[in-house]
Amino acid sequence: MVNIIEVEHLSKSFGDNVVLKDINFSVTKGEVVCIIGSSGSGKSTLLRCINLLEKPCGGRVIYKGEDILNEQHDVYKYRQKLGMVFQQFNLFNNHDALGNCTVGQVKLLKRSRQEAEAVAMEYLRMVGMEQFIHAKPKQLSGGQKQRVAIARALSMNPDVMLFDEPTSALDPEMVGEVLKVMKELAESGLTMLVVTHEMGFAEEVADRVVFMDDGVIAEEGSPQQIFNNPSEGRTREFLKRILNQ
Amino acid sequence: MSLEWVTRILSEYWTMFLRGAGITLLISIIGTVIGSLIGLCIGVIRTMPTPERGIKRISLKVVNALLASYIEFFRGTPMIVQAMVIFYGTAMAFNIHMDRLFAAIFIVSINTGAYMAEIVRGGIISVDRGQFEAAHAIGMNHLETMLNVVLPQAIRNILPATGNEFVINIKDTSVLNVISVTELYFQTKSVAGNNFRYFEAFFVACIIYFIMTFTVTRILRHLERKMDGPESYTLNQMQVAAPEDMFRLGNPN
Repeated sequence: MVNIIEVEHLSKSFGDNVVLKDINFSVTKGEVVCIIGSSGSGKSTLLRCINLLEKPCGGRVIYKGEDILNEQHDVYKYRQKLGMVFQQFNLFNNHDALGNCTVGQVKLLKRSRQEAEAVAMEYLRMVGMEQFIHAKPKQLSGGQKQRVAIARALSMNPDVMLFDEPTSALDPEMVGEVLKVMKELAESGLTMLVVTHEMGFAEEVADRVVFMDDGVIAEEGSPQQIFNNPSEGRTREFLKRILNQ
Repeated sequence: MSLEWVTRILSEYWTMFLRGAGITLLISIIGTVIGSLIGLCIGVIRTMPTPERGIKRISLKVVNALLASYIEFFRGTPMIVQAMVIFYGTAMAFNIHMDRLFAAIFIVSINTGAYMAEIVRGGIISVDRGQFEAAHAIGMNHLETMLNVVLPQAIRNILPATGNEFVINIKDTSVLNVISVTELYFQTKSVAGNNFRYFEAFFVACIIYFIMTFTVTRILRHLERKMDGPESYTLNQMQVAAPEDMFRLGNPN
């Protein structure tokens, strides 16, 4: 069991607003970790601190044994190793679906256009978007955009995939198509860190579930333990609230 | 006013008008293009995230201050005065005698650059935050983000404002007659003076200016529409592309 990402004593605040307090946790290779918790509990911020879209205020983030907050560490190279999927998709509006999946490969990984397109097609086919390779983002539905966004992240052949509430901005009937893709990915053995409100998905797919509350990790454990037998009162309360909706 | 004079002026002096219009277009096209490039460079520098400390932070601050004073100075003084100061000033102070056409293009370029810098900055700011984040998340640095993701979108957004600048430049090159550049206004003045027919000569110039600006705005509008592309994606369009794509990308089976 090799830890691919370790977070030690991580803290983050925006001005006086303390969002993360002394977070410690790790992800091992091939593991699927779901982070759940109510809005404002710091789930997304934790994810964004891991790929340094937000700069942590304290603590350490260790990737494959290297402290990435070290000034000498190349942030850009590091981010290429982490695939990120956003709640709002954030597809590059000036590129079509294929271009979204190739621009990073060509410009950053220095792959040839041909090679990049072959890789991109493989993943676009996997997410079922091969018919739309020349569509611009504005011509796609939310679910389609998110599937292209997943293909874009995968095209960089990342070590870890980070999902930041990937289905929260989708119409209910489109949630299924995205979750299906994510489930396939999880089964393929990819290391995944998923912030989600989809409890069914977390219960079925996750190897481990982390429950966050008010900037701290309140409880973590196997899905069975968290969903069937939570030890913390606030976990029980949160699950009761969200499952009764 | 007599139509005879208009036709007579046109038939006798059409080469002068044409040459004047040509010079006007030349100055405004090159001026707008160079000005836009200056604007793009400054826009990219001015939107750079400030490093937390060290020499980089200080040098970025210094560069930003210099750029800000450039913008403020050239936006805050009339181009006609800048033309006099730069053209005669360099001749007096440094004994450099600039070619008049070169001086004209130079003045229009740096003037447009000052305006475009702010337009570009606005265009960059108007691009959705998520686009920057997605580019950063994939591992792009500031320059790569700008070149591959943000600027193409920003340029689309600022196209109407750039068209405005272009039209303004076509009209405002007329002030460069103060340094005797043989643009359209200068030529018209000579034609008018030769015949003492001011109204007719300037009436012709008026029409030529309008034709130039109107053509430019139409071309830019067309360009905008072309850049936007269709709103919906039809699979029909894709079927036409499919065989070639299959060939190029390798058959899925």
